[in-house]
Amino acid sequence: MAHATATVDMMHPPAPAERGLDVYNNKLGMWVFLASEVMFFTALIGSYIILRFSAPGAWAPPGKVLNVPVTAFNTFLLICSSMTMVKAYAAVADGQTHFLRFRPFSGGLKFWMLATIIGGAMFVGVQAYEYTHLVHHGFLPSGAREGSEVAELVASGVVPAATIGLYGSTFYTMTGFHGFHVTCGVISMTYLYVTKALRGKYSRYDYRGVEVIGLYWHFVDLVWIILFTIVYLI
Amino acid sequence: METAHRQHPNYVLIWVYLAILTAIEIGVAFMSHLPKQIIIPALVFFALWKALLVALYFMHLKFEPRKLLILAIVPLPLAAIFVLAAMSEHVW
Repeated sequence: MAHATATVDMMHPPAPAERGLDVYNNKLGMWVFLASEVMFFTALIGSYIILRFSAPGAWAPPGKVLNVPVTAFNTFLLICSSMTMVKAYAAVADGQTHFLRFRPFSGGLKFWMLATIIGGAMFVGVQAYEYTHLVHHGFLPSGAREGSEVAELVASGVVPAATIGLYGSTFYTMTGFHGFHVTCGVISMTYLYVTKALRGKYSRYDYRGVEVIGLYWHFVDLVWIILFTIVYLI
Repeated sequence: METAHRQHPNYVLIWVYLAILTAIEIGVAFMSHLPKQIIIPALVFFALWKALLVALYFMHLKFEPRKLLILAIVPLPLAAIFVLAAMSEHVW
């Protein structure tokens, strides 16, 4: 940690920066993991770009099959949860590990972390609703279900028949893997919240867990920013 | 116990930027009568701008040691090479 302390709390010494990259090991480990995650999502996004460019016809126009307003709300939700996560980090770095204080009003680590968990869980909930809605209307990973509303859009030429299968498989693969990452983040953060934050194990001298889970959370937000644009808007 | 107080960036302001950029993106995608050749680069530009804001301020890359910044950037050219190489085989 970058804090200069006048005295050292021997029970909770500051996390030592390791030689080499000047960061502590947990954080370095998360960054190496995130570097591998970049390659993972690049494989998915790269495959999507290649399939789309070499598809035997036009792609479905934005907003014809997918519900953009609902997903725009979900995007906003994830951006909000990223902000609450970084506020949790700032709070614990400043030693504010409480829930809420009213005079003056201030949210602490416990408040902001809980807000992040709720935001993430709501994102997953909205995504589950979106999937249910899409499947109900006949949009499947394999394309359009016969006799469904999406099949009618294909029959009327609004959505190209030649690429509906690719559209469905790429959509569910990319958003599904992202949703899985968000779910893992919510579970990990809930675990840290219950076993560490609520028990007062984080302080301004040691908040490695908050910083490391925060890095993961912001990365998931960053990936969604890219996915939202290329899957829903382009 | 006295601790040197760290100056945090204005996270709420970054959040406002992200929300505004998202609104602009949706506006460009649905309300514009511009040709696709302009809309697609514009949307990609806004998405990369937002991603950069998250990486620099929320992930604190702007304030990290240079070596960590390099570690974070290294996968990006590899990713670009992977996509371009695969595209050269199937698209061009």
